[in-house]
Amino acid sequence: MMRYSYFPGCSMGSTAVTYKASFEYIAKRIGLIMEEIPDWNCCGSTAAHTKNEKMALALPARNIALSEEHNPGLPIVTPCAACYSRLAYSTYAARKSEETRKEIEDIIEMNFKAEPEILNFLDMFSDEGVLEACRERLVRSLKGLKVACYYGCLMSRPRHITGEEDPENPMKMDKIIEMTGAEAVEWDYKTECCGASHQVDAPKAARPLIEKIFRNARANGADAIVTACPLCNMNLDMREEEINKQMSHKYNIPVFQFTELIAIAMGADASECGIHQHFFPAFDLINKVIIQNAKEKAEAEKREAKKNPLADGPVVIGRTGR
Amino acid sequence: MDKILNRAEGKLLADKIAKEADVKLHECYQCGKCTAGCPMANSFDLMPRQIVHYMHLGDMDEVLRSKTIWLCASCHTCVERCPHDIDIPTLIEKSRMEAQKRGICAVRDVRLFNDIFTETIRYTGKSQEVILEGAYNVTSGHLMQDMANVPQMLKKGIVRPEFNSVQDKESIKKIMNKAEEGGAAL
Amino acid sequence: MARIGVFICHCGTNIASVVDVEKVAESAKTMPGVVFATTYKYMCSEPGQAMIKESIEQYNLDRIVIGSCSPRMHELTFRKMLKGTKINPYMLEIANLREQCAWVHTDREKATEKAIGLVQMSVAKVANNKPLTTSTIPITKRALVIGGGIAGMQAALDIADCGFDVTIVEKEPSIGGHMVMLDKTFPTMDCSACISTPKMVECNAHPNITLKTSCEVEKVSGYVGNFEVTIKEKAKYVNHDLCTGCGLCQTKCPTKVTSEFDQGLSKRSAIYIPFAQAVPSKPVIDPSACLKLTKDKCGICEKVCPIGAIDYKDEVRYTTEEYGAIVIATGYELVDWASMYPEYGGGKYKDVITGLQFERLVNASGPTEGHIVRPSDGKEPKDVVIVKCVGSRDPKKGKSYCSRACCMYSAKHAHQILDKIPNSRVYIFYMDVRTPGKGYEEFYDNTRRDGAQYIRGRVSKIYKEGSKLIVRGEDSLIGKPVTVEADMVILATAMEPSPTVADVANKLGIVIDADRWVTEAHPKLRPVETQTNGIYLCGTCQGPKDIPDTVAQGSAAAAKVAALLCHDEMETSPMISYVDPNKCSGCGFCEGVCPYKAITMVEYAGRDGNRRVTKIVAQVNEGLCQGCGCCNAICRTGCIDLKGFTNDQILKEVDALCL
Repeated sequence: MMRYSYFPGCSMGSTAVTYKASFEYIAKRIGLIMEEIPDWNCCGSTAAHTKNEKMALALPARNIALSEEHNPGLPIVTPCAACYSRLAYSTYAARKSEETRKEIEDIIEMNFKAEPEILNFLDMFSDEGVLEACRERLVRSLKGLKVACYYGCLMSRPRHITGEEDPENPMKMDKIIEMTGAEAVEWDYKTECCGASHQVDAPKAARPLIEKIFRNARANGADAIVTACPLCNMNLDMREEEINKQMSHKYNIPVFQFTELIAIAMGADASECGIHQHFFPAFDLINKVIIQNAKEKAEAEKREAKKNPLADGPVVIGRTGR
Repeated sequence: MDKILNRAEGKLLADKIAKEADVKLHECYQCGKCTAGCPMANSFDLMPRQIVHYMHLGDMDEVLRSKTIWLCASCHTCVERCPHDIDIPTLIEKSRMEAQKRGICAVRDVRLFNDIFTETIRYTGKSQEVILEGAYNVTSGHLMQDMANVPQMLKKGIVRPEFNSVQDKESIKKIMNKAEEGGAAL
Repeated sequence: MARIGVFICHCGTNIASVVDVEKVAESAKTMPGVVFATTYKYMCSEPGQAMIKESIEQYNLDRIVIGSCSPRMHELTFRKMLKGTKINPYMLEIANLREQCAWVHTDREKATEKAIGLVQMSVAKVANNKPLTTSTIPITKRALVIGGGIAGMQAALDIADCGFDVTIVEKEPSIGGHMVMLDKTFPTMDCSACISTPKMVECNAHPNITLKTSCEVEKVSGYVGNFEVTIKEKAKYVNHDLCTGCGLCQTKCPTKVTSEFDQGLSKRSAIYIPFAQAVPSKPVIDPSACLKLTKDKCGICEKVCPIGAIDYKDEVRYTTEEYGAIVIATGYELVDWASMYPEYGGGKYKDVITGLQFERLVNASGPTEGHIVRPSDGKEPKDVVIVKCVGSRDPKKGKSYCSRACCMYSAKHAHQILDKIPNSRVYIFYMDVRTPGKGYEEFYDNTRRDGAQYIRGRVSKIYKEGSKLIVRGEDSLIGKPVTVEADMVILATAMEPSPTVADVANKLGIVIDADRWVTEAHPKLRPVETQTNGIYLCGTCQGPKDIPDTVAQGSAAAAKVAALLCHDEMETSPMISYVDPNKCSGCGFCEGVCPYKAITMVEYAGRDGNRRVTKIVAQVNEGLCQGCGCCNAICRTGCIDLKGFTNDQILKEVDALCL
């Protein structure tokens, strides 16, 4: 049963339009049941844990407590790396110390058992059942598309929060993406930081981080970067043009959410998965890949048809020389 | 003037922070692997390695007045690769809270952003990207920052002018106020 | 009535600063049997010992208690002293007032009280001591050396030169170890092969040395002077008695696999002589690669061998031999850095190599005939980065210890690159430069003069962009992150003990530490002995070290072995178990718990009242018994006692303290 307690997070309702559209497209087709946590609130993100530890634990805890109440027994899944990290921190702190758990309960004035498993979208899509359901729905291949899977910090580090075995080289997204026929290239900036909110409040310091990510993706032959987080995605997609303006050489690397690629492989058109809503144009690249694959498929079918003697009409006895 | 090391006054505070962060400051042998992997180091005034060293010396003043504690992106690359597993992000986070408590802030914009962010949550329960960016630009004085993107955002329906809030706003306000009552640290 | 003397040592200020030694001596005078008590600054010194001897005469003492450091330290010293007196050396007890009292306490009053208690116990015990005499066991005048690297070869040659037979057991098909892989040795830059291959030849030619290559120690029993060792000889599939070492087989063999000797930088055949200077210079077949042995195909080597030396049916053979002494010299391996450091590419970049791989690259007999080129494309690198402490000094990801040789070999690598490649640049990322050796600091100075750029900081990440390896570190002396775009990166990879060491140590009954290094009996005073008598160590099985130190230890171990083997027989400790056969019920529990296999159950003809009976009882082998007391503790009838630590003595000690 593919049922989850869903914490969409604030961006899913605003900037992450393509993430939302493409995810909903997939969910509908594979029968994912997402029970949205009623009246959820912001996880507090970086700002809260910058200012106040208790606030940073209590804000996510309210959501977890609501989930425990309304969606008992279901794992909580969230599309955003920051939400994921904050929710996971809260459960970690409460599981580690009974005193902390009680203190949080006291602040939120709700029962908080810190029981549900906290998952990000990559975790959910790595589930064999979900993966298989997606695979069954695929109608076209993205073969020939070379992508760099970008995980960012918070889905990998710190290890004790994420449980990631290899924070230098996580592979979950790579495996999910390869299902679509696209090739996940080996590259070295999978978990380097995108700068997160410092792209707004300290842009001078943070811009070079993005540039380096594009540079390494290109050096390793990627046509596109794939993300699994609204902020990582926006930081890369929205700022590529700006970076190009300052560079002598231009990057031409569209940035996708991983769900967009799955949706496309399932047959979604542009408006259904948000390809047309990118800052940096992504349409041409995807079209090129799809057309190329369609051509190859047609040719292969033709070849296949020729090989099949029945396709040429009834077998003529004696043709083999007997 | 020379620093007179034996008169450094931050030893108690440094030790307290280190203890809360479960860090043994003496274990750091200043190899610099933290700095080397830090994505933000080029903008830091104190390298992550130096933060640990100043804390070990008991010179918290240098730490609290640094830009570094505001510019750290909490990416945790340093501690992941640290040979002694020294949790620098937590040392920095706790130092930043101490700095805030004392009204010290070397990077005003970061603090401003965080303040606006938390205040939006306090009053609506959710983060409001439009208000956030707008309010930040107005208060920080970076009026045109990212404004080039706004028309496209509106046109493509990426952001909408209305906002989205929690129904039970009072409970959020209460949680935040309550958390703040007892001081920042747990 | 016993006449006991008590001697309390100040140990400089070690004991006297915490314990009121005068008060202890005064108090001792009132203890039962004590006729004399005094203190002295250093009891173990010449005048201290003379004073004890005089007091024995003067007060007609028949046993003594010394309150001093641990008996581990000086019990032997004082026993030797007693040999020159009328008192038996075992009429001595030591109260440990230093390690177990002064060093662990600060409260003077309470420490003094405890010291008095400890002396009281020793006085009570010594009153019940009985004179003990040592017995002797014969010594087998042959030695076994485990490991045929430079340490083992040196030890074997020195022992053999003393006139004793030596067997070298080497698990690889050739002796030589790591030293023969190296190109040049620091700081003198003499050719490693030129100085190590003659030793290999000498080992082969020496009339007193037997080489057993492709062999492992299977089982060890016995004790000092009389070990019985079973050696397992792996199947070689080549009859070395017939083989002339012509090498035709390996040139014709169609199967190529990665060469261990060239550290993966070249290929070897399935039937192979590991390297040109191998000793013995005869091939073996790698059974995991050979087509004949894996798939029953091919068989070419058998066809081409002119004298029919190939034997696909060869099997493992076991031989058992006796030795008087054993030297462990199992050496080191490099740690598996690739699994420890994904941030350095985790092994996916061909041009990120280890120091040992570089040795093969720069070696004239190596895969590139000494040309330093990138393994990926064969191009000569211009910018080379050397990263030190990869796996060393890294408690989280690698080993917490310093690997000791890397600072120097890294300097040597830098020197060689700068020397061989015109206009090359070498950057060495380091945390500390450690050059504690003769001529080492000078070598380091010269390397910097050659142009090596030392950068103080650990590297955080190595990755590839285009054909360049991007190395990001911090220059911690500037306090900024720095990047080098390198063509090749050499990792100064940590040493760790050979993977076989735990197994060998287990068979020998010797101790290894948490990092699996073999533990020496005393780090300063008994550096080449293990805690088991008759078993010695040398080389990197004990800890990371360079060649000079390894060779020195090899010779040192040989001297220890010779000092043992030059005697026809040796004294054994009299403080061992004995069984009262009349009380023994023959339950056999003691046999099961004895760690030294010193107890056997034997038939005994005794009496039950006036009736003659034959029963099964425990018997202690005096050569094997180490006096641990396990049998003593488990014995249900109380028929086993430990000489020098009898149940009676221990109870008297307890009584003295508690009653």
